[in-house]
Amino acid sequence: MFSTAMLGVGVSLSVPLVTRSIIDGPVTRRELDLLVPLALLALGLSIAEVLLVWIRRMAQSRTVSDLEASLRQDLYVRLQSLPMEFHTRWQSGQLLSRVTTDLSTIRRFMGFGLLFLVMNILQLAVVTILLLQLYWPLGIVVLAAAVPIVTLSMRFEKKYLLISREVQDQQGDLATRIEESALGFRVVKAFGRRQHVQRQFDDEAINLYNTEITKVRLASRFWSFLGVIPNLTLVIVLLLGALAVGRQSITLGTLVAFITLMLSLVWPVTSLGGILAMAQEAMTAADRISEILDTHSVIQSGPIALEHSRGHLRFEHVGFQFSDDSSEILHDINLDLTPGTTLALVGATGSGKTTLTSLVPRLYDVTSGRITIDGHDIRDLTLYSLRTAVASAFDDPTLFSMSVRENLTLGRPDATEAEVQEALQVAQAEFANDLPWGLETRVGEQGMSLSGGQRQRLALARAVLARPAVLVLDDTLSALDVHTEALVEEALRRVLADTTGIVVAHRASTVMLADQVALLQGGTITHVGTHQELLATVPAYRHLLAADEEEVHA
Amino acid sequence: MTTTQTPPEQDDQDKQPSWRGVYEDEGTKELSKATTVRLKEDSRKLLGELLRPYKKLIWILVAIVVIENAARLAVPYLVHLGIDNGIPPILAGDGPRALITVVSAVLFSALLQAFTRQIFLMRSGRLGQTILLGLRRRVFDHFQRLSPAFHDKYTSGRVISRLTSDVSVIDELLANGFDGLVTAVLTLFGTMILLLVLDLKLGLIALLSFPILLLLTAWFRKRSAVVYRRTREAVVLVIVHFVESMTGIRAVQAFRREPRNEEIFAGVNEQYREANYESFRLNAVFMPSIKGVGNVTIVAILAYGGYQAYHGHVTVGVLTAFLLYLRQFFEPLQDISQFYNTFLSASAALEKLSGVLNEEPDVAEPVKPVKPGAARGHLELRGVQFQYVDGVPVLPGLDLDVPAGQTLALVGTTGAGKTTIAKLVSRFYDPTGGHVLLDGQDLRDLTEDDLRERVVMVTQENFLFTGSVADNIRFGKPEATMNEVVEAAKVIGAHDFISALPQGYETQVEKRGSRLSAGQRQLVAFARAFLANPAVLILDEATSSLDIPSERLIQRALRTILADRTAIVIAHRLSTVETADRVLVLEHGRILEDGPPDLLITTGGNYAGLHQAWEDSLA
Ligand SMILES: Nc1ncnc2c1ncn2[C@@H]1O[C@H](COP(=O)(O)OP(=O)(O)O)[C@@H](O)[C@H]1O
Ligand SMILES: Nc1ncnc2c1ncn2[C@@H]1O[C@H](COP(=O)(O)OP(=O)(O)O)[C@@H](O)[C@H]1O
Ligand SMILES: [Mg+2]
Ligand SMILES: [Mg+2]
Repeated sequence: MFSTAMLGVGVSLSVPLVTRSIIDGPVTRRELDLLVPLALLALGLSIAEVLLVWIRRMAQSRTVSDLEASLRQDLYVRLQSLPMEFHTRWQSGQLLSRVTTDLSTIRRFMGFGLLFLVMNILQLAVVTILLLQLYWPLGIVVLAAAVPIVTLSMRFEKKYLLISREVQDQQGDLATRIEESALGFRVVKAFGRRQHVQRQFDDEAINLYNTEITKVRLASRFWSFLGVIPNLTLVIVLLLGALAVGRQSITLGTLVAFITLMLSLVWPVTSLGGILAMAQEAMTAADRISEILDTHSVIQSGPIALEHSRGHLRFEHVGFQFSDDSSEILHDINLDLTPGTTLALVGATGSGKTTLTSLVPRLYDVTSGRITIDGHDIRDLTLYSLRTAVASAFDDPTLFSMSVRENLTLGRPDATEAEVQEALQVAQAEFANDLPWGLETRVGEQGMSLSGGQRQRLALARAVLARPAVLVLDDTLSALDVHTEALVEEALRRVLADTTGIVVAHRASTVMLADQVALLQGGTITHVGTHQELLATVPAYRHLLAADEEEVHA
Repeated sequence: MTTTQTPPEQDDQDKQPSWRGVYEDEGTKELSKATTVRLKEDSRKLLGELLRPYKKLIWILVAIVVIENAARLAVPYLVHLGIDNGIPPILAGDGPRALITVVSAVLFSALLQAFTRQIFLMRSGRLGQTILLGLRRRVFDHFQRLSPAFHDKYTSGRVISRLTSDVSVIDELLANGFDGLVTAVLTLFGTMILLLVLDLKLGLIALLSFPILLLLTAWFRKRSAVVYRRTREAVVLVIVHFVESMTGIRAVQAFRREPRNEEIFAGVNEQYREANYESFRLNAVFMPSIKGVGNVTIVAILAYGGYQAYHGHVTVGVLTAFLLYLRQFFEPLQDISQFYNTFLSASAALEKLSGVLNEEPDVAEPVKPVKPGAARGHLELRGVQFQYVDGVPVLPGLDLDVPAGQTLALVGTTGAGKTTIAKLVSRFYDPTGGHVLLDGQDLRDLTEDDLRERVVMVTQENFLFTGSVADNIRFGKPEATMNEVVEAAKVIGAHDFISALPQGYETQVEKRGSRLSAGQRQLVAFARAFLANPAVLILDEATSSLDIPSERLIQRALRTILADRTAIVIAHRLSTVETADRVLVLEHGRILEDGPPDLLITTGGNYAGLHQAWEDSLA
């Protein structure tokens, strides 16, 4: 690709030389017979140049668009594999801008900018050499003009890099504000805080404005400077050149060729500013992208593919903390769930129940101790087989913008209609059949809005449908009315009969689904036993389930 | 989305106007001719509105650009003068006076060019940013004014892309587009005139290339409009899929959705790549073609001009000037493809933005607002009817009087219409029939500020904003002191857990509050509502994620808080309902039972049944 570029530059530069021959030959020395061959030569060269450009661009088109697409795919794959710990830190807007804006910046630079840059520099170098050969005193003048251009470009580049990084970061902040104002719109509305939010937005927008203005000021100075240098050089060249022609040191044709050649530099030099800016932005974009590509998932798949798990789940001295500098959320957790047993996990708000349950499918990894399934440390299992064996319904049910059916069969794409209906029945989510397009109705952000209770029941149906060896239900019944809840519990009892289950619960009725209850207190399991045992012996448990009489009738 | 069961979006949308409840996407839908025209008009109007305040400045900028271009175009002409008029006197031994005059003129035009360029870049850059700031604020403000009903169907994803990518496209247009366009047009006409003036015959030969250029450009415009459309469609699919996978990443990972997602993403990514490739290829043909036309013209001029110069019909200077002009003319033309894409995307963005700005809030601010007296909190619903979808009434006609200070509990199965009532009272929607009155005044006559000061709703979906815990509580009352914040947290029982966080009240809650557990988020949302201190408080399943003692604590707090305040409480846990003064049992939007909870238990109706079930569910 670069060889065609170089050929192109060479060819395009030879046209002014032909011009010189025409002026000095046919015109000045009156050799008319040379005109036609020279003109044909020029024509041939011009067409060759065009062909070279065409070939180069065609070749480049594929390379660059392939490059962009594969980078985007890599980013996506990497992002999907990064753990929750990463995703709680990054706003999706920030990630999105990397996959769209940053990648197109890189594409534009690779597609146009980089080549222009190389060609411009090449052209500058070659032309300067040609000019030196044509008439060296004038050539030196042109060469001298390069000094301020190079030094200023380098200074500009440093400053511009800083400022464009700042602009991008501020744009990111603004995007975060926008994202939150859209997602939290109902809260803003409910509190009538429009002006408050608007003010915050204005502050950030004005910050961005100010930085942008600084950037504009910098660029406008630099760009007009880049424009003026070639013109000033022209002034000197014209003056000295004409005098030289007067002294007959050079021919008129040489002067014309010299000026034509020199003016062919104006455009490359002027556009240098824009291209350098583009290069800076592409570099910043590449930095932002490699921030993600260089993040390695701490949660790696293990070697063992577990098939037909029995669902024997053990926690052995499990401890967990979100980051090195934060305190331990969980410590020394020991549990043994033999296949088919169900454990109810009871604990106060914020005691770590959700955290504990998300350790099982390795959304987070334990920081000490280990969790085993059928005797294998879950870190030795492939993520795929682990997550096939374990299915969860979370406390904040996520539905995707696809049909209800697709949402339900997420964990088991090959489920039959009968199985789907059965899962809907367990979760008391038959309402899904009565949606405007039945199970094909699209739900989620881009689709029909469902109430919290409805979403929760679909999420429950999804987990049940996956037929996992280990079923994790994190407070899945909280948004249901009493009547529905009773029906769901009834049905769940059947499902849990031959599945290992962990059920996070606040209410006695849910706890009663389990064979055993574990009480989570102060980051560890303090008591394990049946509901009746704990009720009888553990005051804290009685308190949590509001079974102490005086509370009820207080 | 494109998955096995679901055919691709566009195909389906053509057949069904509102595909399975999806709000139609402007980006991917063929629009009718009339709509296109209207959208074009609207976006032109919006552009006009944006530019109008700066009319004078814009004219000044245009004048500056004209001067700059004139100075630039003068240079080759001056070179011609230098060669033709400056050199002969020197050769004749008359000294360089004429040459020096010409050179001074070149110097002057060089400086003038730099000066005007600098002013233009600075001023137009500032102007562009000012317009952009205005546009950002305006669109943001408008979105915040629109009703929840609008947001429901428009979806947050689209709000975000309007305010980010569409605005940045316009930024691009303001930053590069106008400059490029004005320069290209001025160069085009300036060069044309100058060439004809310099030498009519040579000029006419050069003009022969113009029709070819026009044809080429017309072809390019037509093709690139198609390619551009494809690119847009593809990028929308990429964005939608991407955002959704990232927001739902927990479910994606837990259910091993990654491989399937990768396939889907590879599919949309491939479409996008194809579109990009297409557009590259289009440029790969267009740009060399322009260059080719330019080169051939230059050679023709060179040959014919050389011939003419041989016969002495033109001077060498004129010939040089011609060659320089032609070069200056063709170089920027190659960039036209870039400008054209900028224009296409900017006009698409303008269309979408003007579409949003034309959206009237269907829950409008009153024209003549009534100034309400001191808030007491007397709520009345008179013959209130409501439906989300035509023909499916959710509330067929509801009469309800809630005296100031009463705590009213709503119970009933899912879908009975409890949330709907809450939303009508907080004016997220307006009733389709009847009136909702607060202290005797129709909600439609109150300003938004007056209303929100009096009525606050807390829902199950409690959104926390990036910032500290204290910031989030203070959202209920931005001017609250730290003491008030702590006090609010203490009252609803959130103080203990907040103090235990690493930085206490200053702990950052991170993205959407993910640093906190679900129950902790609810507590913060509660504290926020408590701090707002409204006359009417609406709680829609606001305690569902709490453990029972925490919920009890809130109930006890509520009893004090709600003593002098009107409240509507929606809860499935009847322990909360028991604390109410009055209970309504709803079904299909109708009131089945109405009375104090103690009384309803004894009458053996619906509520009594619910109560029994609830008792059983406890230990
Ligand atoms: N991403 C996080 N980083 C640090 N701390 C967290 C994070 N998520 C939750 N926590 C803290 O961990 C504790 C346990 O949270 P969680 O497991 O969600 O509680 P719950 O028992 O209510 O489900 C809480 O105190 C919460 O503040
Ligand atoms: N945004 C909406 N669009 C269409 N129908 C809706 C919407 N929100 C609620 N509904 C319907 O209105 C009815 C009442 O819903 P809602 O007031 O949320 O019930 P509740 O809060 O008692 O569970 C239900 O049938 C529900 O499906
Ligand atoms: Mg939890
Ligand atoms: Mg509801």
